[in-house]
Amino acid sequence: MINHNVDVAVIGGGPAGLVAAVSAQEHGVKNVLVLDRNSWLGGILPQCIHDGFGVEETGSSMTGPEYAEMYIDMAKKQKISFMNETMVLDFDKKLEITAVNREGLHRIKAKSVVLAMGCREKTRWNVMIPGDRPSGIYTAGVAQSFINLYNIMPGRNIVILGSGDVGLIMARRLKFEGANVKGVVEILPYASGLTRNVVQCLDDYDIPLYLNHTITYIEGCDRLKSVTIARVDENLEVVPGSEEKIECDTLLLSLGLIPENELSKTTGVEIDNVTGGPIVDQFFETSVPGVFACGNCLQVYDTVDVLAKGAKLAGWYAARHAMKQRKDIQKHIQVVAGEGIRHVIPQRICKDGKISFTLRVEKPQQTAKLHLTVDGKEIFIKKLLWINPANMVEIDIDIPDEIIRSKSELEVTIDG
Amino acid sequence: MDEREITCIVCPIGCKMLVRTDGTRFELLDGSKCKRGVEYAKSEALDPRRFLTSSVFVEKGEWPLVSVKTTKLIPKDKIVQVLNSIKGARVRAPVKLGQKIIKNIENTGIDIVATKSVKILQI
Repeated sequence: MINHNVDVAVIGGGPAGLVAAVSAQEHGVKNVLVLDRNSWLGGILPQCIHDGFGVEETGSSMTGPEYAEMYIDMAKKQKISFMNETMVLDFDKKLEITAVNREGLHRIKAKSVVLAMGCREKTRWNVMIPGDRPSGIYTAGVAQSFINLYNIMPGRNIVILGSGDVGLIMARRLKFEGANVKGVVEILPYASGLTRNVVQCLDDYDIPLYLNHTITYIEGCDRLKSVTIARVDENLEVVPGSEEKIECDTLLLSLGLIPENELSKTTGVEIDNVTGGPIVDQFFETSVPGVFACGNCLQVYDTVDVLAKGAKLAGWYAARHAMKQRKDIQKHIQVVAGEGIRHVIPQRICKDGKISFTLRVEKPQQTAKLHLTVDGKEIFIKKLLWINPANMVEIDIDIPDEIIRSKSELEVTIDG
Repeated sequence: MDEREITCIVCPIGCKMLVRTDGTRFELLDGSKCKRGVEYAKSEALDPRRFLTSSVFVEKGEWPLVSVKTTKLIPKDKIVQVLNSIKGARVRAPVKLGQKIIKNIENTGIDIVATKSVKILQI
């Protein structure tokens, strides 16, 4: 067993982990260690070669690899330590991490731990598409890494299920590499990705978008031969007789992302059933003291800019905890996602002051009002325009001390 | 002059604007809600441009590819030409972020630069 002692240990070297590590070091801790199972840093960013990263944060639109390298350079300048090709096996409530790599087994004692494991893509089995089990079915992100990192074409005749941004961007990317992209299939009446991507990835190259459609059957013995698509009604039920077979050798799935928290669960970190990530307070601290969470393992973000904002705070508070600068806080109040709200983070508040909430609404609305109430008393109201479940709402609200002391619940609701 | 529909990408509303254009003249017929939208429709009708990203082969690198971008927006009708030219390119490791890979690609006056650093493969 190889022993280490660190101030802050960060699990995951993707954007969230890098940003949190840099922030922790900037806030005065001496010894920050980032653990990652890949041989490289930046997580998924190096395969996201399109632009649009860092617009809010830096004012210029960077590509994924450029954004990653900006933080990798900062981290290296600050002498942050990295352990790549290292798999964290578990950690306990005393903040002792067990990890393994080619050198052997490592025990890392940390004063704070930052969880930044990211998320995973949903697969065929998350949505249970019937049919055969041929080769040629990939998640969009896997196909993206094949093309952009490893120079491997996943196939020639392609159908994409799901119109999230990754699916749309992959449609264009495959077209650029000479593939025949036969269409993007979306069960909802609208594309879930940005209009910009619908226009510049599909319309520009005449790639059809099948709205109100889903895949009802997959056919193929060794390799994928065809998929059957069908129209759905307003209840998302398949309309009989609307089936149409599309011949293809490759199906890409862009069905959404699930926060990765196998590790968090084994340590007893409480998980929010809606976000799929840890329940945190405004300091991004989980239910296990000294364990902080940020990035896509906390909640799936829309943009790296908003993700980085949260990760910066998580890194700062982890540093503060490691330096014992934080007073013990005993009580907290719950933040509840009420009517019209799918989820809200933080789920707990333990101290007064300005708090940055991030939330998602249940359904698209042109105008709506956001309300915060405590014991039926309204403490905050704000008008929102063009809200959509696909766009995370960010809002800063001052929470006074008497609310924390009231021990009530803070309810967030939305109405039209 | 041809009539065509342009979907605005300036904000999330995504207005559909109907325009009449022959490539040099531009007339907005219907559908715009703001000034920025009209500007977008005009540039999209008269001189549509796109930012382009792709990848280039790397010899003796830690990775077989390096990601690249155009330094400026390129005319939309040059995308295929530019992509073909990028496909034929090769570069030897090490590659540094920002390194010029192709100068003045397809006479656009725009360069192709690396968006990633790739080290030499150590065996």
